[in-house]
Amino acid sequence: MLTVKNLRKAFGPLVAVDDVSFAIEPGQLVGLLGPNGAGKTTTVSMITGLVTPDRGSVAVGSHELRGDTDAAKRRIGLVPQDLALYDELSARDNLRFFGALYGLSGAALDRAIADALRLVELADRERDRVKTFSGGMKRRLNLAAGLLHDPDIVLLDEPTVGVDPQSRNAIFDNLEMLKQRGKALLYTTHYMEEAERLADRIVVIDHGKVIANDTLSALTVGAGNLESVFLSLTGRSLRD
Amino acid sequence: MTPLLAMVRKDLQVFFSDRRAVIMSFIVPIAIASFFGSIFSGPGNNNEPAKIAIAVIDNDGSGISKGIVTGLDGDRNLRVSQPSEADAREAVKKGKTSVAIIIPKGFGDAAGPAFFRGGEKPPLDLVYDPSHNVEFAMVRGILTEHVMQAVSKEMFTGAQGRQYVEQTIPQIQQSSNLRDDQKRVLVDLLQSVVSLNRQAADGAGSAPGLTLPYTVREQAMTSGNVAYNGYAHSFAGMGIQFLLFAAANLGIEILLERQKGLWKRLRSAPVSRLMLLAGKTASGAIISLMTLLVSFAFAMVVFKVRIAGSVVGFLAVSIACSIMAATFGLLIASLGKTPASARGVTTLAVLMMVMLGGAWVPTFIFPAWLQQLTVVVPARWAVDGLDAMTWRGVGLSGAVMPTVILLAFAAAFAGVAVNRFRWEEA
Repeated sequence: MLTVKNLRKAFGPLVAVDDVSFAIEPGQLVGLLGPNGAGKTTTVSMITGLVTPDRGSVAVGSHELRGDTDAAKRRIGLVPQDLALYDELSARDNLRFFGALYGLSGAALDRAIADALRLVELADRERDRVKTFSGGMKRRLNLAAGLLHDPDIVLLDEPTVGVDPQSRNAIFDNLEMLKQRGKALLYTTHYMEEAERLADRIVVIDHGKVIANDTLSALTVGAGNLESVFLSLTGRSLRD
Repeated sequence: MTPLLAMVRKDLQVFFSDRRAVIMSFIVPIAIASFFGSIFSGPGNNNEPAKIAIAVIDNDGSGISKGIVTGLDGDRNLRVSQPSEADAREAVKKGKTSVAIIIPKGFGDAAGPAFFRGGEKPPLDLVYDPSHNVEFAMVRGILTEHVMQAVSKEMFTGAQGRQYVEQTIPQIQQSSNLRDDQKRVLVDLLQSVVSLNRQAADGAGSAPGLTLPYTVREQAMTSGNVAYNGYAHSFAGMGIQFLLFAAANLGIEILLERQKGLWKRLRSAPVSRLMLLAGKTASGAIISLMTLLVSFAFAMVVFKVRIAGSVVGFLAVSIACSIMAATFGLLIASLGKTPASARGVTTLAVLMMVMLGGAWVPTFIFPAWLQQLTVVVPARWAVDGLDAMTWRGVGLSGAVMPTVILLAFAAAFAGVAVNRFRWEEA
C-alpha cells in the first residue's frame, strides 16, 4: 500500500534521514521507533509532502507521489503530533474545513463528519468549541480530522502524547478498527508498550538510518521485550 | 465547497469568533476616528474660532499701550487677561496661557518717533509656551496689526502725536541736511498732520489709524456642493490604520497556525501552494474591506460623511487598499519567524506606514523631504484616494492613480511573500 524507497534529507551539514526504506501493507500497522532526533518526523513529513526529499521516492500502491496537488495524496491521512485544530471553531466546523480541503462537500461531507465523530466518540460534542475540550478529546478529534476523507494510509505521529489512559485506550480501539478495515497505518511513538500492543511490524530508525525492520516477535526473540531490544540497538546515551 | 471557499469561510469564522479582533477591527477605529474627526473638523457651524489665551501687562500706561490692549481685547481670535507680570509668567510656565505680552514703560514715547524716523525701536517682551509654537506665531501676527493701528492712530490723531509733530517742525526748519524745497514739503506735510490732529481733538471724529487695507473672502475648495467634513479624512486614516492591523493580524495568524501544526495539515492536503496563499489573501482582503466599509458606513450615518466624488472610484480604492493590506499580511507571515517577534515589528511597521501616510495628521505639515518620501508609503495613496473620493469630490479619474499604485504595492508584497514563504514543515 505504501512504499518508501531510499529517502534522504539533509538540512545543511546535518543528514536527518539517510536512505530510509520500508513498506506498509493493507491492514498492517508499522511502528516507527527511534530516539529524539532520529529522523522519524522528517520521514513522516517527506511521506506527506511537507518536506521535499533530496533523494528517494514515496509510492501509494504503484503510483509514485509527485507534487502538492497529486490526487494520490487523498489516499493519505495525517494525524500530526501537534493538536492541529482551530480552538475557536466547533468540532464540526473544524472537520467541515478539513474535509473541504480534500474535496468533500454536501451530503458526503456531512456523512464523513458524522462517521468520524462517531468513531472517536465525540458526536454529542460536535457543536462545542474545541477550546472547551479536554486534552484527550482534542487528541481524539485530531485523529478524526486525519480520518475524515477515509484515507487508505494513515500516518500517526505520536498520537497519544499527553492523554489519559481512557482516551489512549479509546484511540487504540480506533486504530484496531482501522486495521480491521484494511487501512495501512504508520505509527511513531516513544512508548514501547504501545508499539508492542499495536504494531505488526517495527522499524527502528537512528541517526537517520533504519537499523531494524522486522516483526515484533522476530525482534524480541531472546531479548525479553521491545524496550530491551530498542536500547540495545540505539544505546543508552541521552539524546537531546 | 472548493478548498478556496472553505479557507475563506474558515478564516472569517475564526475572525468573528475572536471578540477582541472584532472590537479592534470595527469599534476601536470608529472611536478613534470620531475623536480625531472632532478635532480636525474645525470650529463647527458657528464659525467661531477657538480663542488663544494670552496675557497682556501694560507697564507703560500711554495712549499707545492702552490702544494696543484695547485692540487685542477686541480681537475675536484672542482671550485676553491682564494679570500681574509674575502671574502671567507663571501661567505661561504652567501652560495655561500661550503667550504673555509685556509692554514696558516708555514704549509709547519711543514707538512714535520710531514710526516716523526709524532709528531705535522700543522692544515688546513676549513670553511664550514653547509647546504652543503655532499659537505664538499667530499672536505675533495679530499683535503687529494692533500695534500698527494703535501707534498710527496716536501719531495722526492723538495728543502724543500732536506734541511730537509740533516738536519736529522747528527741527526740520533748522536742519542743515535738507534742501529748502525738501524742508518746505516736509513742513507742509507735518502741518497737515497737526491740522488733522486738531480737528480730531475738536470732536470732528478720530481716524482709526493704519488698518489692514483689505478684507478676505474665504472659500473652502471642495466638491463645490459639499462642505468640508473633517470626519471624512479621519475615518479614511483610521480605517486604513486598522485595516492594516487586521491584515497584519492575519499574517500573525498564519505563523500561529504553523506553530500549532495546522499548516502541516493544510500542506498535507492535495491543495496547491497558490491556492493556500490565495485563500489567505482573499480572506484577508475581505476582512480588511469590511473594516474600512463599516467605519465609513458609520461615518456616513453619524457624521454625514459623503462620497462626493465617484462611488465606483471609492470602491476601487477601498478594494485595492484591502488587497494591498492582505498581501502585507502575507509578507509578515513569510518574513516573520515567530508570532511574538512578528507582532512587535508589525505594530511598528503599521504605525510608521500610517503616520507617514497622513492617516494621523495631513502630510502637508511634514518637511518637504519627508513629503517626497511618503510617495513610497502605500497608506499615503490610500488616504489620498479616499480623500479624493469623499470630501474633495474628485471624479473617477482621481481614483485611478491611487488604485493602480496600491495594486502595484500588492503585487510587490505578494511577490516577496511567495518567494520567501517557508513551505517546508519539518
